[in-house]
Amino acid sequence: MHLGVSESMRECEYSQISTRSSTPMETPYKKRTPKKKKWESFPGRNKFYCDGRIMMARQTGVFYLTLVLILVTCGLFFTFDCPYLALQLTPAIPVIGGVLFVFVLGTLLRTSFSDPGVLPRATPDEAADLERQIDVANGSSGYRPPPRTKEVVINGQTVKLKYCFTCKIFRPPRASHCSLCDNCVERFDHHCPWVGNCVGRRNYRFFYMFILSLSFLTIFIFAFVITHVILRSHESGFLNALKDSPASVLEVVVCFFSVWSIVGLSGFHTYLISSNQTTNEDIKGSWSSKRGKDNYNPYSHGNIFTNCCAALCGPLPPSLLDRRGFVESDVPQLAPPTNGITMYGATQSQQSHMAAATPLLQQQSSEPVILTASPDDGGSLPGRTALALGGPCTSLPLGQPTPPTSTPSLSCHEATDMLPIHGHNHPHNHSHPLQDPGAHHHFLTPEEAPSPPGMLPCGSPLGHSHTMQAGFYNPASQDSLHEDSVRGLVKLSSV
Amino acid sequence: MSPDIQLEHSASLANKVFIQRDYSEGTTCKFQTKFPSELESRIERTLFEDTVKTLNNYYAEAEKIGGQSYLEGCLACATAYLIFLCMETRYEKVLKKIAKYIQEQNEKIYAPRGLLITDPIERGMRVVSFECAWLCVYACKSISMGEKDGGRREEVSKQE
Repeated sequence: MHLGVSESMRECEYSQISTRSSTPMETPYKKRTPKKKKWESFPGRNKFYCDGRIMMARQTGVFYLTLVLILVTCGLFFTFDCPYLALQLTPAIPVIGGVLFVFVLGTLLRTSFSDPGVLPRATPDEAADLERQIDVANGSSGYRPPPRTKEVVINGQTVKLKYCFTCKIFRPPRASHCSLCDNCVERFDHHCPWVGNCVGRRNYRFFYMFILSLSFLTIFIFAFVITHVILRSHESGFLNALKDSPASVLEVVVCFFSVWSIVGLSGFHTYLISSNQTTNEDIKGSWSSKRGKDNYNPYSHGNIFTNCCAALCGPLPPSLLDRRGFVESDVPQLAPPTNGITMYGATQSQQSHMAAATPLLQQQSSEPVILTASPDDGGSLPGRTALALGGPCTSLPLGQPTPPTSTPSLSCHEATDMLPIHGHNHPHNHSHPLQDPGAHHHFLTPEEAPSPPGMLPCGSPLGHSHTMQAGFYNPASQDSLHEDSVRGLVKLSSV
Repeated sequence: MSPDIQLEHSASLANKVFIQRDYSEGTTCKFQTKFPSELESRIERTLFEDTVKTLNNYYAEAEKIGGQSYLEGCLACATAYLIFLCMETRYEKVLKKIAKYIQEQNEKIYAPRGLLITDPIERGMRVVSFECAWLCVYACKSISMGEKDGGRREEVSKQE
């Protein structure tokens, strides 16, 4: 049985090796998608249009509603009210209205279509490096405590940086993970369903300009539609006035309800800008003096004017996502993302060395050989996990009895540990009850944001983590694998 | 035995060192200037610190809030941000300077020592990574470990 298992393993490996030299596993992969653009394989839940130029959230229904409301109201205004007003009062009215309308539309589209400041996910190397650092910090114990935080002192205030299990990075200060878009966003303000996108560092000024100009436009239309109705009713009575311009009623109703929410929102964001806070921070009360006497906002520049200028006129950083670049397969430097082909290569070469020296060991699969070769480095074990998870020849159970070191338990624990943590962390962060997005449209922080059905950690933990793990661990183990295979040679030859 | 020892020596080169961000001054882009122990034998401390400090200065210049950035911001707002269709932002200009600087540093200082710096923009501005320039050759060599000309390839890689 033992021999049979190893034989089948060997068979799998040899057959893979024989094909690997001409890399047919890679070539069909390349041929199938010859020039894939990065936006096509973007891991977040975003929609891309115009070949990656436009980036929006997945749920865009409310955005279209916003667009329709604005277009219809303004359309009615320009068609029914402006001719009368231009004649009776001044032609400046439609001109100003037109300018405001163009500005509103421009800023809305800019907010909705631009990258809010999404942080790209860590490459497998970086993630492995961070994991190694965390292992060192924890003393390389088998148990890994779930919450990973780093404390940083910013301008005298201690700030906790949280580790994002999805993106595998320590989030920079003020960044937050949006559960709707499944991205970490820099200077995350909130996810706005009305603009169909997150509001973050790169589009906050456009968002603010949008709500500010929309407030002006709403007040403008409201005021002049009422003026129009009043002027008409002076001429021919109130009811006749309403009969003559029925559209005015609709406009007044829309504007009346919009004014309260939009003007209120503009006021709120003006306050946020002047104190250099995000909606997220304000709602959590991160810098509120109620938390402590010495609690202050470390990001504030001191005075309102500087804060406003910094937020609105500060430099606009470019997108960190190279959406329209081509996906490169890192063949020369790293293992290609094809579930451990080169690892098989390493194991095969391992085996060829072993075959000469230790025929007994050859009976076991190559995996435990690598495990024994790694005394304290957990790097190769995730590779074994990846093999177990992602490799086609998963005839070996995870709990292989042969390796004497304690690290196999780490790998098993790791594989299963990732999933509960993954599943644990997100519900913990986003467990607040769903708020009606229509009512409090702009107060959706990541905590309050509606959990999409089959939210990522719950919906596809296996699929997601599986690919993440396979991709995550593979090149990391590739580096340490070679190191360990070398050590293994030295060790085994001494046996 | 000797090929094993040679392999073990090469194995220690297969490393990537990541310099993380320094958030002590807020969210501005700044990298830690602490010299990592993995690079101790590879590069002089002063050269490393110079490179990182220059990069930090470049990023500070890009993110500086002053007269020029205000002007750019106001102009952009006045033109409904359409001006960015024809003009490059200051940040993008500085990023180009940074890319050029990194390339220069790689050519003059790091490549002769067998290292390569990757531009932080390619890593989402999270890290500056120092990679072993021999990594790609090492990977090819280790795959063909069982082959006869493994020893020869090793020598070739060391020459490179």
